[in-house]
Amino acid sequence: MAGATYDGNLLAGPLAEVFAAEVTVAHARCAGCGRDSVVAELAVYGPDPGLVARCPGCSDVLLRLVRTPDATWLDLRGTAALRLPT
Amino acid sequence: MSIVTRGFRGRREGADDRLPPGQYLTHDFPVLSAGPTPVVSRDEWTFTVRSEGGERRTWSWAELTALPVEEVTVDIHCVTRWSRLDTVWRGVSLDALLEDVESAADFALVHSHGGYTTNLPLEDLLDGQAWIAFEHDGDDLSPEHGGPARLLVPHLYFWKSAKWVSGIDLLVQDEPGFWEQLGYHDYGDPWREQRYQGD
Repeated sequence: MAGATYDGNLLAGPLAEVFAAEVTVAHARCAGCGRDSVVAELAVYGPDPGLVARCPGCSDVLLRLVRTPDATWLDLRGTAALRLPT
Repeated sequence: MSIVTRGFRGRREGADDRLPPGQYLTHDFPVLSAGPTPVVSRDEWTFTVRSEGGERRTWSWAELTALPVEEVTVDIHCVTRWSRLDTVWRGVSLDALLEDVESAADFALVHSHGGYTTNLPLEDLLDGQAWIAFEHDGDDLSPEHGGPARLLVPHLYFWKSAKWVSGIDLLVQDEPGFWEQLGYHDYGDPWREQRYQGD
């Protein structure tokens, strides 16, 4: 996506603090257009004020992550499903 | 031994006095974006205020710029800790836009092209505190800084000054915006260092 600062590999460290699994290899389904993307392929903006991962197809927000001094906030309302390989 | 004093010259109005706590001075204009830069032409640009009762009032670009245009010089403070002093903007005061809107709302949710939102008390948009700005430092506001027009609310952290502004909903109850949903402060006063919820 034009203008994206990073790809989803930037999410590896922050998401490793939240999930036990390696999430960048997971598949995320966009709640907006239904596209299936590997998390590492998402278009990522940030890192400040927070990380925003968008669908490479429709640019809707799949994931937002903010780290405050005492908490990590993760919003996945734009992700219809996250498929983690086992 | 003589003691030489430089004399009393009054309180120095230097940069330090104008930097809120935890901020540093920059002369750049950093670009922070949560998504791709929307391409909005002035021909298609509109600004819509929607009251709590559902009444809508929409201005075209021509209607906006036909209102009294003000030039303001203000300091701006980003929650990521940079501040810029004496930035010059031209735009239309929210007082001029909201004066004919009937509302008993206490809160505002600002909307932008691209889906960004931010919330603030309605009173912080009034009384000469906020503008729809379309020029910066003598030039048309560039797309990367929110052009064709952005909200300018310089007394709050700059994430409240929504780029690519498209409208404002007037609300009876506060509704958190894009970053306010994710731990950032509902009000965001830089002088009280209200960066995150609970600050």
